[in-house]
Amino acid sequence: MSPPDDFRRQIDQQRAYLLRFARLQLRDRDAAEDAVQETLLAALGAEASYAGRSELRTWLTGILKHKIVDAIRRAGREPQVSLDDADEGAALEELFDHSGHWGAPVAAWRDPDASLEQAQFFEVLEACLAGLPAKTARAFMMREHLGLETEEICKELGITPTNCWVMLYRARMALRLCLEARWFGAQETPRR
Amino acid sequence: MKPMLSCREVTRLVSEGLDRRLGFGERVALRMHFAICRSCTNFNRQMRLLRDATRRLADAQALGKP
Repeated sequence: MSPPDDFRRQIDQQRAYLLRFARLQLRDRDAAEDAVQETLLAALGAEASYAGRSELRTWLTGILKHKIVDAIRRAGREPQVSLDDADEGAALEELFDHSGHWGAPVAAWRDPDASLEQAQFFEVLEACLAGLPAKTARAFMMREHLGLETEEICKELGITPTNCWVMLYRARMALRLCLEARWFGAQETPRR
Repeated sequence: MKPMLSCREVTRLVSEGLDRRLGFGERVALRMHFAICRSCTNFNRQMRLLRDATRRLADAQALGKP
């Protein structure tokens, strides 16, 4: 007989991680809490189907992704404010001169593989993601974090493919600048 | 034949290339541009790193196993 309390305890230990994951994608703290709560409940009811097939965290994250997509779908029905659109576009334009050339040369990021080994790098990346405008971040997370195809994202967000590509483009440009300012730029002075 | 791409257009295409399959002409145009533009070559590598990094964050490997 497997003690149900033990499974419940193991699941509870993943709560903080799941909440972080959910908050990154659903800006709304309450919505993130709800998604995690629903996930934990679903997991408790599905212990039999888990049966240690995969790592617990991976399994829970899989359930959570579905709950997040549900939450995004619900939020998508509410009217969205898009005050950030104009600002974002303007900041992008400043990177290039009138003929479309880089205003300043793009330097290679030094030793990127070493960065991927550092927990600190991922903290900076998370902070940069948190700094994106909500709508842009949502599209980027659906693409890169949840691994959805553009067509699915368009459908969920109710936008055209072209709009979707523009949004993802803006997200990547903003993240690039943020990482450069907060991580790779700071490398000029040796960091180890 | 399309005229040479500007750096601004290259950044758009590089990003779209992460979201859809680019056409043959688009890929050729990108290669031709990379061959003469160090900045865009660096930009392309940065975009690939960004994807890798975000995927790793999603896989939670960076956050440590329980």
